[in-house]
Amino acid sequence: MTKIDVQMVEDIAVGAALLGTGGGGDPYVGKLMAIQALQKNGPVELISVDDVPDDALVVPAAMMGAPTVLVEKIPSGKEIFKAFDSLQNYLGKEIFAVIPIEAGGLNSMIPITVAAEKKLPLVDVDGMGRAFPELQMVTFHLYGVSATPMVLADEKGNSLLLNTINNFWTESLARNATVVMGGSVMIAIYPMYGRDLKQAGIRKIVTYSAKIGRAIREARKNGEDPIEALLKATGGFALFKGKISDVQRRTTGGFVRGEAHIDGIDQYKGESMIIDFQNENLIARRNGKVVATVPDLICIVDAHTAAPITTEGLRYGQRVVVIGIPCDPKWRSEKGIATVGPRYFGYDVDYVPVEELIKG
Amino acid sequence: MEYRIGIDVGGTNTDAVLVDENMNLVESIKVPTTKDVSTGIYEALHRVLEKSKVDRKNIKYAMLGTTHATNAIVERKRLCKTAIIRIGRPATEAIVPLVAWPKDLVEAVGNHYYLIAGGHEFDGREISPLDEEELRKIAREIKGKVESVAVVSVFSPVNNQHELRAREILQEVLGDIPISLSHEIGSIGLLERENATVLNAALVEVARTTASGFKEALAREGVTDAKVFLCQNDGTLMSIDYAMRYPILTIACGPTNSIRGAAFLSNLENALVLDVGGTTSDIGIIAQGFPRESSIAVEIGGVRTNFRMPDLISIGLGGGTIIREENGEVKIGPDSVGYRITEEAVVFGGKTVTATDIAVRLGLAEVGDKEKVKDLPLEFAQKAYQKMQELVEEAIDKIKTSKDPQPLILVGGGSIIVSDKINGVSQVVRPQNFGVANALGAAIAQVSGEVDRIYSLSEMSRDEALNNAKQLAINEAIKAGANPDSVNIVHVEDIPLAYLPGNAVRIRVKAAGNLL
Repeated sequence: MTKIDVQMVEDIAVGAALLGTGGGGDPYVGKLMAIQALQKNGPVELISVDDVPDDALVVPAAMMGAPTVLVEKIPSGKEIFKAFDSLQNYLGKEIFAVIPIEAGGLNSMIPITVAAEKKLPLVDVDGMGRAFPELQMVTFHLYGVSATPMVLADEKGNSLLLNTINNFWTESLARNATVVMGGSVMIAIYPMYGRDLKQAGIRKIVTYSAKIGRAIREARKNGEDPIEALLKATGGFALFKGKISDVQRRTTGGFVRGEAHIDGIDQYKGESMIIDFQNENLIARRNGKVVATVPDLICIVDAHTAAPITTEGLRYGQRVVVIGIPCDPKWRSEKGIATVGPRYFGYDVDYVPVEELIKG
Repeated sequence: MEYRIGIDVGGTNTDAVLVDENMNLVESIKVPTTKDVSTGIYEALHRVLEKSKVDRKNIKYAMLGTTHATNAIVERKRLCKTAIIRIGRPATEAIVPLVAWPKDLVEAVGNHYYLIAGGHEFDGREISPLDEEELRKIAREIKGKVESVAVVSVFSPVNNQHELRAREILQEVLGDIPISLSHEIGSIGLLERENATVLNAALVEVARTTASGFKEALAREGVTDAKVFLCQNDGTLMSIDYAMRYPILTIACGPTNSIRGAAFLSNLENALVLDVGGTTSDIGIIAQGFPRESSIAVEIGGVRTNFRMPDLISIGLGGGTIIREENGEVKIGPDSVGYRITEEAVVFGGKTVTATDIAVRLGLAEVGDKEKVKDLPLEFAQKAYQKMQELVEEAIDKIKTSKDPQPLILVGGGSIIVSDKINGVSQVVRPQNFGVANALGAAIAQVSGEVDRIYSLSEMSRDEALNNAKQLAINEAIKAGANPDSVNIVHVEDIPLAYLPGNAVRIRVKAAGNLL
């Protein structure tokens, strides 16, 4: 059994920020909260999905809304417990363990805080294996798990219990409520039983995040190439190396769409890459040809330090390496592609696995 | 004829210039920077005035760019005991102030912090009403215990009402105590803005003694009719009153003075600027006449902050950088003879081979006695020069915004060590008086105003929001002392807020103009 300590939190924050594929927010505030909770309550127990009894209730804890709001209006720290307690009361059953909903800078940290404070174990699983912008974009959804009953809670003490007819309604109602509640709320969502989690979850994501973060940290410490270490830890492919030459952003329907243009350097000199993003990186085109698409992971990292760069943090002149990582096989199912494939995001592109695309 | 004096403190030298009302350089001087900083400033002031012999009554402006504030933070000295009042409860309780600060710095400012109810949402609504009763209680409690107060309210860059009201109440109880308001210092990002505000509050005494010392020195020299300004790190000026309220903004004004001076001397509005000092070189970017700002959180004294800072890359190469051979490899620095270059460099009769000696040996620069370096092996000098060049080219490539070659302006006393042919550069410009570009940058600086707010585009169009922000920035510049007829918008940036419907957008605008 693994214990999550402060060092592991640091590693998870880096790894999950990478898996956030440009989205998922800056881990700084979430990390401080998690570390504070560990210092107060001791390490968190990380258990395997197989350690969750079939009839035990597990609940993902997450932040919903704009990371820009969260870094300004820091949580009270009590919202998430309000959300948890309300949901537990409503369901009339003890929550057995906390799970993360996505691997992202911020939402990898919130469940650790909850697990520490509630003295509950954290399950080594999540619903994305990366970050996505909408509530139905989880593998739980693919397996018919309902997002509701869910509870949204703000720092003022307001909480909202939602029961919806499907997960798309949950997304729409919860997103609008989030704005009214101040742009950043904590949520307890997708309550499910161990048997569902075993089927619908993406396994070992917490240890995977930690492994990535540790690989980067140790490579830096030992004076080795952190990019190499990162590729080794993820089984990912280096898609491009270059300098950001332009970033264009526009807002449509509450999501930031944009493009990052990268001019090649070193072995990619004379070539170009364009990354389409919509909060997260969605499509990578090298010299006009698609080399990776969502739901495979497209990560942009600093070329020297391998530090993940969020789409909000992209700026002219940065030296970056673009990495493609195959997504969890669950996403490559027909329903998976319909839910999070390039066409759902409005691109006239078919999904082809990254490992096939790079073969040319 | 009217005159202005500009003084800039560098790591190695303190430079002073006197310019006339047409911005022509009348006189310049360099003196070694002293450990206490002030002595060097007064010496530079005295000597430039002596040399120029202008009637001191005709000096109308005096500008100082100094490292007093930076040094105080780094050395943890002379910092005020500061009370931190964070307005935002019940939000923000999850992370208390000063958590990620180095222990010795927390000790230096004291560990007095309070969280009270109030603050705003991203769209300007109140989170909760400001708890005025609690604020009065805190004010009575801290009376006599702290020398300075930092007030930070959630989303104050969007709505500053609670910070302004808090200042009124604190003044009622505490009287004339310096109060730093976060919305005037940093941008969105509570912890970073709070950190910057606390550092600012802790520096007010340093700013006061710096400013009054400078004023007294001017008076001693007979300069009694001058308006006095301190340089800030966006390349513009602050009045003394303003500087005493916002001393943190003086940090990193040296490089920005150089960049502004370089732009002025070369008449280029968009270029790369390389300022080669004695020990290190800074490379920055001039965009529309102003230094490009960094968009990421910047650490100062071990603390994460988010107030405006210039975007710079520093390299360990200067005129005094020591060049040696180790295991058959040429090694560049990182150590330097610094201000002792005129004693230690070979061309000046010393024994240490420096970057300057290499440049003279290769006939690229003429300083000191070139006879003295004629025994330096040519091959060694060429190898060393090649490495120096690579250092510069890499830094230039890193900071550039596009692949198109851009002009490079070379300034600083050490710039003789850089060649005229650099990859990625369209032309190398070596303006006259390049050695005192920093002090000139101080002398010719303008005043500015800035806004950083979130606008909801459900209530107005993007153009309306941009226009509103521009007008606010112009008003700020005029408030800071700019001539309204000369104010221009020099920077506009808008970033949409991710994951939120309603199309909220964060807009930052800066305006600048000539001194009235």
